[in-house]
Amino acid sequence: MKKHYIIGSINTPVGKVEQVSTKWSRSDILSTIKVRWSVGRMSYRVKQGLYAVGTPDANSNIFVTANFKLSFDHLRRALDGINAWILVLDTKGINVWCAAGKGTFGTRELVYRIKAHELEKIVNHKTVIVPQLGAVGVSAHEVKDKTGFRVIYGPVRAEDIKNFVAAGNKATPEMRTVKFNIADRAKLIPVELAYGKYYLLFVPAVFFILAGLNRHGYSVDDAWKNGGRSIIYLLSAYISGCVLTPLLLPWIPFQRFSFKGLFVGWIVSSILLFFTFSEKNIIEIISWFLIMGGISSFLAMNFTGSSTFTSLSGVQKEMKLSLPLQIIAASIGFIGWIITRFI
Amino acid sequence: MTGLIYLKDVVTLQLDQQKCNGCKMCIFVCPHEVFGFREKKAIISNKDKCMECGACEKNCPEGALSVRSGVGCAAGVINGLLRGTEPSCDCSGSNSSCC
Repeated sequence: MKKHYIIGSINTPVGKVEQVSTKWSRSDILSTIKVRWSVGRMSYRVKQGLYAVGTPDANSNIFVTANFKLSFDHLRRALDGINAWILVLDTKGINVWCAAGKGTFGTRELVYRIKAHELEKIVNHKTVIVPQLGAVGVSAHEVKDKTGFRVIYGPVRAEDIKNFVAAGNKATPEMRTVKFNIADRAKLIPVELAYGKYYLLFVPAVFFILAGLNRHGYSVDDAWKNGGRSIIYLLSAYISGCVLTPLLLPWIPFQRFSFKGLFVGWIVSSILLFFTFSEKNIIEIISWFLIMGGISSFLAMNFTGSSTFTSLSGVQKEMKLSLPLQIIAASIGFIGWIITRFI
Repeated sequence: MTGLIYLKDVVTLQLDQQKCNGCKMCIFVCPHEVFGFREKKAIISNKDKCMECGACEKNCPEGALSVRSGVGCAAGVINGLLRGTEPSCDCSGSNSSCC
């Protein structure tokens, strides 16, 4: 099937190479939005291999990327107005940084592609430009030993490529640094929201059903009244951990993500409980603090996986204390909440 | 110093300056400006900013750097605990990704 982003082909000493557009079509934009919401994320790929942007020749740069289509799309868009080659590695549809961490975007695959596509017959300069985050999987000196090609590490962000090329293929310290500003974090919110999947239905449903229990038996009215309120609390805790904590990350006190999540979770709980509890049922209020704090803390801790500055050693240290506390808090809270059904 | 910092004094990054040949590759691949350069050799100037990605170790031709690299991801650590393996962000096998 012909892909809409292929707009022609270029003749090279090793045969025809497909030429790609540097513009995003409507379908590219729509699928980008879908992927950000985790829809079809695992099968959003382009075919690995060599592509042309503009009308490249033997002197043109070769940019290496992953076969996750979002990575490929950002690269081709950034190359607008530049004549270049794109070498797409087979990373099983995963982005450069994550694939490099797993090793699929790595020395072996790069060496294989350089040889398989006979790059030495296509260009006369013997260099490839690899996105810097690929360095987690690529060993530049090994690639040089095995292929004769020198790896130049390009900027972290595709949008800096034009300046990088203009500077003679040199990345400034600024281009080499990973940022994690509020816009970057906001882009991750949909993926975070989708994290709960069926738990998002299952857990509220359990609370809703159990909310009808009382010492006289079961009351559907109670299920609606207390259950409905419980669902609001649960979803608020979810939003605290998945949306508010990631967005406000640098401004929340504490270094540990779990403490940040607890802090935000308890602020939200305080506000909600203050406005929704008319009767003073202290056990139920404490129970909700424990449940909401536990949920928000756990989800915030999970955001370490999406963040760009947490180390494995740090996460392990954090979890050693926080994970047991989260489980204990949520469990005691749940038991306390059940008990209040009967008093 | 700019950027976000996670927990302090936990990072496993180590540099053997005797082996360093001053090629600056570690400076080029580090995403968090952990390294500096002094007297023709690399130095670790911002250790707490290291996220243990392992790019410097992988690209040091002299083997002067070592770091226990891995995913700084709570879900990954839980995966590892459940399966009894190293922390991994492979949520469900080879055809999936969570990061």
